[in-house]
Amino acid sequence: MKSTIIRNGRIIDPANRRDEISDLVIVGSGIADQSAVNNPQSEIAEIEEIDAKGLIVAPGLIDMHVHLREPGFAHKETIASGARAAAAGGFTTVVCMPNTSPIADNPSTITWIKDRARDTASVNVLPAGAISKNLEGEELAPIASIVQSGVVAITDDGKCVQNHELMRRAVEYARMVGVPVLDHCQDYNLVGNGVVNEGEWSSLLGLSGWPAAGEEAVVMRNILLAELCDHHIHCQHISTAGSVRLIREAHARGVKISGEVCPHHLALTDASIQNFDTNCKMNPPLRTQRDIDAIIEGIADGTLTILCSDHAPHAAFEKEVEFDRAPFGIVGLETELGLFIDILLHQRKAISINRLIEMFTIEPAKLLKLDAGTLSIGAKADITLIDPNREWTVDASKFESLSRNTPFHGWKLKGRAVRTIVGGEMVWAL
Amino acid sequence: MNTRWNRKDLLGLRELSADEINLVLETADAFKQVGTREIKKVPALRGKTLVNFFIEPSTRTRTSFELAAFRLSADVINITVAASSLSKGETLKDTAKILEANHVDIIVLRHSSAGAPQFLAERLRSSVINAGDGAHEHPTQGLLDTYTIREKKKRFEGLHVAIIGDILFSRVARSNIFALTKLGARVTLVGPSTLVPRVFEKLGVTVSYDIDKVLPTADVVNLLRIQHERQRKEYFPGVGEYIRLFGLTKERAKLLKPDCLIMHPGPINRGIEIDSEVADGNQSVILDQVTNGLAVRMAVLYLCGGIAT
Repeated sequence: MKSTIIRNGRIIDPANRRDEISDLVIVGSGIADQSAVNNPQSEIAEIEEIDAKGLIVAPGLIDMHVHLREPGFAHKETIASGARAAAAGGFTTVVCMPNTSPIADNPSTITWIKDRARDTASVNVLPAGAISKNLEGEELAPIASIVQSGVVAITDDGKCVQNHELMRRAVEYARMVGVPVLDHCQDYNLVGNGVVNEGEWSSLLGLSGWPAAGEEAVVMRNILLAELCDHHIHCQHISTAGSVRLIREAHARGVKISGEVCPHHLALTDASIQNFDTNCKMNPPLRTQRDIDAIIEGIADGTLTILCSDHAPHAAFEKEVEFDRAPFGIVGLETELGLFIDILLHQRKAISINRLIEMFTIEPAKLLKLDAGTLSIGAKADITLIDPNREWTVDASKFESLSRNTPFHGWKLKGRAVRTIVGGEMVWAL
Repeated sequence: MNTRWNRKDLLGLRELSADEINLVLETADAFKQVGTREIKKVPALRGKTLVNFFIEPSTRTRTSFELAAFRLSADVINITVAASSLSKGETLKDTAKILEANHVDIIVLRHSSAGAPQFLAERLRSSVINAGDGAHEHPTQGLLDTYTIREKKKRFEGLHVAIIGDILFSRVARSNIFALTKLGARVTLVGPSTLVPRVFEKLGVTVSYDIDKVLPTADVVNLLRIQHERQRKEYFPGVGEYIRLFGLTKERAKLLKPDCLIMHPGPINRGIEIDSEVADGNQSVILDQVTNGLAVRMAVLYLCGGIAT
């Protein structure tokens, strides 16, 4: 059996309240006790040593919001390439959204994704299933069947169930089968054909506005339904100050509601659209500095608990069109950790590295009931080595992702993953 | 004036300086004079090829650009949406690259998407002239409106211009706002709150919902077409109520100063945003706008066409 010893790193394992300079031992695919390698009787054939001096040794990071585009859109991304991008970004587990083709609203598609991930992916790929059939928001998907097929959550991400009654029944049903409901919060009437934040820049550029209230109305709806159904609803990619306030107020009443944040909603404002750069077109759209400040406050005070990328690859030819015709979304897996460390730790000093790691590990693991996100003895050896002070420049041409649609090309960031280990195997190293 | 023109494209008036706007207006003075001659043609763009690339229907703007190009001796072809391969699924980028491969010097683009002219300009060596992009800008309309005001009023400083109607969806309004505020005029936007959101005040203008208070101090009123036929019905309850609140009726026209100019970019909805007799009355400069449009477009083609190589 093979063993690896990660020497002299700062081990941060929030699940065990551990933060110390020490060695971490991997035997086979699991995390082992120090004694495992010292025992002369052990069957360890070779020991690899990794010098982690100056690095943080964290549980493998989890990104619970990515689009891997397979099946159906393999020209944008495949499960294999998306997994490589995840590994390069420091992620050992990703949750892929169901808006593939076919839609992941049925057991056979879910099974196909899981098989494909097993055969081709270097990281753990966990599918999310649809709430409604074909993401149409009209009738429930076979939620219990897709849960039995192995989805970790249900969501119509990219779409949003508009019918509150249908959403209510979905939440009740999800409670029965024990999966959380994730929701892309967008009121279709309020948003209309909006493509950018409604405000000064949309007015100036004559682009259709996507008002903050279009998100907040559905966050409010979800708070009411989480309360009514006594079940967890997780609001995806929170982008507005109002949403943060609503979730904070709901938490004070003990409502089972949560929210996640994407790095682009912290790094950029809607002023970035002034040259009609389609790599600044995402859904929900880039907002204002006031929203950014409120989201960072929400992260700092624990209102928003999860960080994710909403990794949304699109081919260059698809993005290189008129602004209002371009698809929404950007790739994020390979820039996400750097942006969050740079903004939340270095620039804004909003949270500690320990809290950042929690938001990428035990928070999503708890929400999705995953057996992941810890360095406990016996746990699967999913590990991310992070250099929080390493300065680097984003180079989209070097991305592992098949797509290059990022507004962050050329950005200088401080902090990144330097090595990613999944089940004891090194899947990526800088 | 020492301003030099060094733009191959005219994409909008937001990025132009007051000096650059004045340069276009002064250049247009010379071309306006050409239109009064027996031989209405100069050789400025001889040997150059201009494509009128209209991915949205237009008659007057296209005709005006075509005439302007003819008078500058350019060779002109017109591509409209029905004839365009865009309707066969080709991307704007590919269509434009094909035009460039045919050594087209100037592309005049009308497009329903805001930003489409900038998209082309960034990718082509040819000059790109924005002939209206979505609700973004219509710079030659803004310039011809500005030219007409300058011709009649001789100044901008201290002038009060009221732009009335559907501001939210109007590229004409935006180009006028950018030009007039740079030149020193005071601009008031008037219309229903749904079509004239307060956020426009961030552009340095005043927003008013009371036309009767604005008209008496206006030196110019520019009435925008109410696009009722394709307006989303939730923006205002109907044409009747619009006329009652914001229509320039004969009665309301009496509130205007006698020397207040009445402008309209056309096509006019007679009896809706403006009373038919008022549109034809002696304060109306609507036909001067058309004449000046030709001179302004000649100036723009001349200036940009002289930069592109």
